[in-house]
Amino acid sequence: MSRVRSDYEKTLWRKIVRFVNGENDLFDEQSGFNIEAEELDARKRKLFFEEAEWNKKKVQITELIEERSEESEKKAVRLYERFYRLFAVITCVAIIAILLATVVNLPDYGDASNPVNNVVSRKYIEDGIEDTGAVNIVAGMILDYRAFDTLGESHVLFIAAVCVMILLKIDPDSEKGKRFISLENDRAYEPKNDPILVWTTKILVPVIITYGVYIILNGHLSPGGGFSGGAIIGAGLILYLNAFGFKKTEKFFTQKTFSVVSVSALLFYSVSKTYAFFTGANGIHSFISKGTPGDIISAGLILPLNICVGAVVACTMYSFYGMFRKGGL
Amino acid sequence: MAFPTNFPMISIISCLMCGVVCSILKKDKARYVTYGLMILLLILSGGVLSYTISVDSEFIYQMGHFGAPFGNELRAGVLEGVLAIFFTVIMFLSIIAGEKHIYEDVEENKINLYYTLICLMMSSLLALTYTNDIFTAYVFVEINTITAAGLVAVMGSGRAYFSSAKYMIMSLLGSGLLLIGITLLYDVTGHLLLSNIKEAVDTIAIKDYSEPFTIIIALITIGLSIKSALFPFHSWLPDAHTASTISSSAILSSLVLKAYIVLLIKIYYRAIGWENILETGVNDIVFVFGIMAMIFGSIFAIAQKDVKRMTAYSSVAQIGYIFMGIGIGNTAGIVAAVFHIFAHGATKSMIFTSLGGIKAVSGHSTKLADITGAGFRNKVAGVSFAVGAFSMVGIPFFPGFVSKLNFASAACEAGSVKMIVILVALAISTILNCLYFFRALIALYTPVRDMAGELREEVDNTRPTVKYIATMACFIAVNLFAGTFSDLIIKLITQGLKMFS
Repeated sequence: MSRVRSDYEKTLWRKIVRFVNGENDLFDEQSGFNIEAEELDARKRKLFFEEAEWNKKKVQITELIEERSEESEKKAVRLYERFYRLFAVITCVAIIAILLATVVNLPDYGDASNPVNNVVSRKYIEDGIEDTGAVNIVAGMILDYRAFDTLGESHVLFIAAVCVMILLKIDPDSEKGKRFISLENDRAYEPKNDPILVWTTKILVPVIITYGVYIILNGHLSPGGGFSGGAIIGAGLILYLNAFGFKKTEKFFTQKTFSVVSVSALLFYSVSKTYAFFTGANGIHSFISKGTPGDIISAGLILPLNICVGAVVACTMYSFYGMFRKGGL
Repeated sequence: MAFPTNFPMISIISCLMCGVVCSILKKDKARYVTYGLMILLLILSGGVLSYTISVDSEFIYQMGHFGAPFGNELRAGVLEGVLAIFFTVIMFLSIIAGEKHIYEDVEENKINLYYTLICLMMSSLLALTYTNDIFTAYVFVEINTITAAGLVAVMGSGRAYFSSAKYMIMSLLGSGLLLIGITLLYDVTGHLLLSNIKEAVDTIAIKDYSEPFTIIIALITIGLSIKSALFPFHSWLPDAHTASTISSSAILSSLVLKAYIVLLIKIYYRAIGWENILETGVNDIVFVFGIMAMIFGSIFAIAQKDVKRMTAYSSVAQIGYIFMGIGIGNTAGIVAAVFHIFAHGATKSMIFTSLGGIKAVSGHSTKLADITGAGFRNKVAGVSFAVGAFSMVGIPFFPGFVSKLNFASAACEAGSVKMIVILVALAISTILNCLYFFRALIALYTPVRDMAGELREEVDNTRPTVKYIATMACFIAVNLFAGTFSDLIIKLITQGLKMFS
């Protein structure tokens, strides 16, 4: 007969037996779940006091840690940091080396016999104008041949705007919003009345916005299109806002304008493209004519879609700025 | 062309349109629009599935007036139909079950934006399922990435912002690698449609550009495994899943991770070619990491004190199962992996939503010490957590058991080394699963005697709603269906995979 050990209750086996009997937690004997409610309550109360104590002592403790932390611990941390940095550098260098080695083995740039120069790109270049009616081949590609990708891409912009709204939008009626408006609002300093800025804006903004509109409307004829033109208009609006302040821009651009413009643009995009996909896939004749290539009103759906994309991009750019400035439009 | 072939296009675009409309509606109307959309999607996906079964073949849907290889394409077979139904059902149940929590957790004027995110997330899930074009897949991967980070950040707490930023950074790293892979693939093949890429791979890429081709496979695999949280890249997952509201956790864990795995299987089968994967041995590497994820995910889960975090780590382990199945290298392994996508999706979303009910009666905490006795306070949530735990551990009649069985039988068809490793890993992982899930289960059903007055008030205020009970019943029914009628699902998966290649 072997003797019962003095620390028998503490052995792993007894712990497992107690765990199987549902008496205690296997890994954390203290905070096991077999506790009475009063004890739970008391523990919570204790925790509350402990937390208060902790908050008081926090500063002291950090000081103590700084003083007392032994040399070896410091060394370990330093070693870890060094290893971490070293590892990061090694990984990056390895990835760069692998990618460079890959690039060397890729097809030569500009070689006519490359796999990229196949029937697809030949068709885009040779039949592009005939197929889509757009003189600008890129516009024909992104808004007609591969329109579904662009539909997704414009929703990426929209979803980015929604996420920024979720992060930064402030409800002026809520507690948090009121505090923000009273404390961190920089609108009190508006308008800035900076003559250089105001006069430059007065001269530049009409030109910028006209140029943006030109790029959008001419997207199917010359380089450009909805994305680039929209970005230019957005930049013009932001410049105007900086010079004249929110009071003036709110006369023509509010939250409501943003919703109406971007929602109707995206809905028009989706509906018209559904029609195009449906007729295309089922072999039905589409009533949208391609017009004469080179005319301003030609290329079927490409011009209206460019306008839609431009509107969405301009609104998104402006709303980003507005959100970052004051948490709303 | 038969009319049901239009359904994939209509379902994706209706998701996009509903998402856009939700952004200007009031919160309740946005909710109704989303629920209506889900019902519409169920009908459309059911139409796709029944059509593909009746004609017993896949169909290609040309997006626009230009056929392959010039325009975009959608493609649907049996597997896509089943996946679309599965994604819709789980999404629908998750948002209904977490409805009360969405209204509590999200700021008043941002609830409609939450539903916008849900609709757009749904569009990306469907597009990743249906697309036959690798660049369309990338565009919708972007939508998926941003909406997923938004679903975490919408909570508005500091922890949520932190986790969301971490998630975003890791996820974008994955997107970046995927994008590099896609561009290189385009460079050596000259096509973007999956079927055309496959042809070009067989004729050009393998012979002339074998080194870049290996790198491409590696980049795409690493990129997508970062996004679906395979073991060494899992660090973002527990934070993101713990900090978000209940519905978001369920969706992130059951659907978002799975969509990337579906895309990976699709690229392996339809663009790169399964035999090329076997030749390069990428599947063996995936296999090793899958096995590691199975073991380490469970060990991390055991160390957790918070049940929600524990469940999140359990997802890491289950993702390991799926990658292990892909790595086995035979068709049975892929079938088992795809079945586990369903099994884990159905079960994990149920566990997360049941934790919502448990949280409500435990003083808004999911700490192991606080949920003591919660199974008596919210009986529905307790029962569904128990069903989920049984499924994850692998008890017969639940889907987890069937997928473990499938993995084991797939292992027996593989080589002897892999077979031994898989069987041992399955055994260890099952024991570890038991340890942490049953610990939580025992805690749930340990009665708290002499309830303090404070606590009792809380209990009365948070009685589960009829809607919650009905949803959880649906969840349990889905799980029992997947567990008992697994033959039917496996038959459909096998049929779908045959259409794939």
